[in-house]
Amino acid sequence: MRSEWNGFVGGKWENEVNVRDFIQKNYTPYDGDDSFLAGPTQNTKDLWNMVLDLQKKERENGGVLDMDTKVISTITSHGPGYLDKNKEKIVGFQTDKPFKRSLQPYGGIRMAEKACSDNGYEVDPEVSEFFSTHRKTHNAGCFDAYNQEMRACRTSHIITGLPDAYGRGRIIGDYRRVALYGIDYLIEDKQAQKDSTGRVMTDDVIRLREELSEQMVALKLMKEMAASYGCDISKPATNVQEAIQATYFGYLCSVKEQNGAAMSLGRTSTFIDCYAERDLKNGTFTEEQIQEFVDHFIMKLRCVKFARTPEYNQIFAGDPVWVTESIAGIGVDGRHMVTKMSFRYLHTLENLGAAPEPNLTVLWSTRLPQNFKKFCAKTSINTSSIQYENDDLMRPVHGDDYGIACCVSSMVIGKEMQFFGARANLAKCLLYALNGGIDEKTKKQVGPKYRPYDGDVLDYDKVMELFLDMVEWQADVYVNTLNIIHYMHDKYCYERAEMALHDRDVKRYFATGIAGLSIVADSFSAMKYAKVECIRDEDGIITDFKITGDFPKYGNDDDRVDAIATEVVHKFMTAIRRHHTYRNGIPTTSILTITSNVTYGKATGNTPDGRRAGQPFAPGANPMHGRDTHGAIASLSSVSKLPFKDAQDGISNTFTIIPGALGKEDQVFAGDIELDLNK
Amino acid sequence: MTKGRIHSLESFGTVDGPGTRYVVFVQGCPMRCLYCHNPDTWAMTGGEEMDPEYIFEQYQHNEAFYRNGGGITVTGGEPLMQIDFLTDLFKICKDHDVHTCIDSSGIAFRPENKGLIEKLDRLMELTDLVMLDIKHIDPEMHMKITGQPNDGILAFAEYLSEKKVDTWIRHVIVPGLTDDDKYLYDLGYFIGGLGSLKALDALPYHTMGKAKYEKLGIEYPLGDTPPMDKKELVAKKQVILDGVKARRNDDGKRA
Repeated sequence: MRSEWNGFVGGKWENEVNVRDFIQKNYTPYDGDDSFLAGPTQNTKDLWNMVLDLQKKERENGGVLDMDTKVISTITSHGPGYLDKNKEKIVGFQTDKPFKRSLQPYGGIRMAEKACSDNGYEVDPEVSEFFSTHRKTHNAGCFDAYNQEMRACRTSHIITGLPDAYGRGRIIGDYRRVALYGIDYLIEDKQAQKDSTGRVMTDDVIRLREELSEQMVALKLMKEMAASYGCDISKPATNVQEAIQATYFGYLCSVKEQNGAAMSLGRTSTFIDCYAERDLKNGTFTEEQIQEFVDHFIMKLRCVKFARTPEYNQIFAGDPVWVTESIAGIGVDGRHMVTKMSFRYLHTLENLGAAPEPNLTVLWSTRLPQNFKKFCAKTSINTSSIQYENDDLMRPVHGDDYGIACCVSSMVIGKEMQFFGARANLAKCLLYALNGGIDEKTKKQVGPKYRPYDGDVLDYDKVMELFLDMVEWQADVYVNTLNIIHYMHDKYCYERAEMALHDRDVKRYFATGIAGLSIVADSFSAMKYAKVECIRDEDGIITDFKITGDFPKYGNDDDRVDAIATEVVHKFMTAIRRHHTYRNGIPTTSILTITSNVTYGKATGNTPDGRRAGQPFAPGANPMHGRDTHGAIASLSSVSKLPFKDAQDGISNTFTIIPGALGKEDQVFAGDIELDLNK
Repeated sequence: MTKGRIHSLESFGTVDGPGTRYVVFVQGCPMRCLYCHNPDTWAMTGGEEMDPEYIFEQYQHNEAFYRNGGGITVTGGEPLMQIDFLTDLFKICKDHDVHTCIDSSGIAFRPENKGLIEKLDRLMELTDLVMLDIKHIDPEMHMKITGQPNDGILAFAEYLSEKKVDTWIRHVIVPGLTDDDKYLYDLGYFIGGLGSLKALDALPYHTMGKAKYEKLGIEYPLGDTPPMDKKELVAKKQVILDGVKARRNDDGKRA
């Protein structure tokens, strides 16, 4: 065994890249409580105050503190940057100083230019000229291939948020590999992969060989970049500090080269804990030191920034990076995967204060240890910063080494990736079905000229038939648009750093998405259980509705309407599955518009459920605002009926509750009254 | 089976009894408490008629959430105004080993009404916990606050004690109305004599009910009374507990 691995239990992982095997052989499940945790060190407090100060300056400056307008960001484009070199236990920024946003034009030069100009900067004219004349971007490629219909759908927002002018993201490199194996071994492995490709030079083989070469270049650059910070990552990490640092460097390389819609971290905590346990046992570091490394790591993740336009921030409600880290879960052998490191990661929310990034996500199972559940609940109540995902649902599909990209997209780390696919506006599709493909807002013929609805009262069966026909069309144009996008992204904006930390043959998910599900379900429920009359404007286009009577609403655990929602998801997915997908991606869909529901609402006219034009959609799979009247469990129950097999890319529900509604405070409630009498 | 007149159903109750509970709000209440935050449940008409079986089915849909220390709570409104329905519902619950709880003001209790007592005896066999909300220990103050006397309510507390039905006493503390230390101590002294007392739930007055009054077009009786301060509430709770302690000591000496 290599000397760096002394003290670890060996296995398959020694002779092949197999991080999961290493974790399973070496992790220590922790059933205890949070009493072992350490608070922030003085260094941590000092550094965090510097970050808070920079955040304040950034806000005062209108949202951006500094931007690079000349140097195109690559893994090694910028020298090292620090907050305070002497205090930082984990180092590395995207550019040569904190809060300076990098220039990333490969996704699209106009987007890069606009991100600068909207924030008061100007891209160097030479760079603009180069990317307009000499080097094509992903964005330019897409528009070369789009047809007229695709452009019209884009403009009318029946398909929305397409990643054709910005990085698609949602690919998670297995950053742990850098720590466990060191770059030199990974390069050797990649060379062996390249040597093992087929010998007949088909398109696929040529592309693979070129990609593997790109990946090896990225690995070499990672080593150089780390060296500029005085770190050698060519060999495996020897302790927990090096393991965190190497993992972070792997991640840092990907955010230096990709401004993706979600740049997630993976599932690192239990991996890192193997090193922490070894160091604690050997007396290499104390608990306080280990927490300090973790705090500094998380602090760095909170400082990841991208140059973006106000429109982009509008779609995503802010400036999110989606540095999602997946914590806990249950192993396929039945042991839970909670370690002390799971606690330490969540504890950063106390040590540094609450924050939306990194998006700390607990893979929840009924079988997690009670102490950890309590700690999660406590931290949620104190910080409102934890995301929960259903491990019991995802484990059967992905096993026990998957992570979440963005908010809900699950994939096995280093073995699966996804092509991010934005979403189809189903509420608008319903209106197109009624109006024979004419857009209710622009009055233009966007969809196919199908027969419009001709009655005055909406008949459930007739409208459903029209709707399903229109969904077929929508799925067709949607998947084909995505085929172009991912072809061009691979060609002009390839994620070499992330893919270098994947296996050679990855499983690719071809993700799509749905917006407006609860509107469609309630609309059909209204047609079935109440009376919906349509109101036509002077052009004969249905633009409003009159509802008489009450009807069951999605979000109340009422099967009459919940079954409609389930059926719509299934029909949509069936339509998607019918199509050819780029690189044989496995089609999936998600119901997860956590932040963009407001924008979609603005682009959509009155709907038959009584929602007025411009009103926001419900986020994700949520019921429409205020329509769930039977409390949280009934509301969640409706959501949980949606079929995961037809929405494998994830189903999200945004849930807010005041702490007082979660139960009594001990101070006020005197339960078990005998105890109090002895005071 | 007797149908219930139901105001609403809440699937995620966390403050109406132990654990996470399915909460049934019945329609109709004879009390007119000045600080009532559910005036929409007063009227004896309205609401929706529902079968006990239907309600239990709704509970069962999501039973996983209630199984671990939770159950069903019936509140309102005044649950004991619909005693036949309540008995039918709880019969089904106990057949399925579900924890049952009634949140009541005790106003319907009439010790002299034999028919009622027989029904209550039957219901109490099916009831795991009663949360009895005593609005005020002093008869005059009680009349002022609720428009009803409190002798039947206090008798109900003693009835529960005799029947050995686990009891939580709830008491809403409203600044300037129910926060007098003397009365709080007296309340404690009274409930200290209840053998079945398991917990004390001191509830801080809040103003979240105001919007409902506006919607119903009723003048809000407490005007600008401020919400109860949390810290002060802890001290007030202690006064009640002091009364409980004194009573227990006195009873101990006598025994």
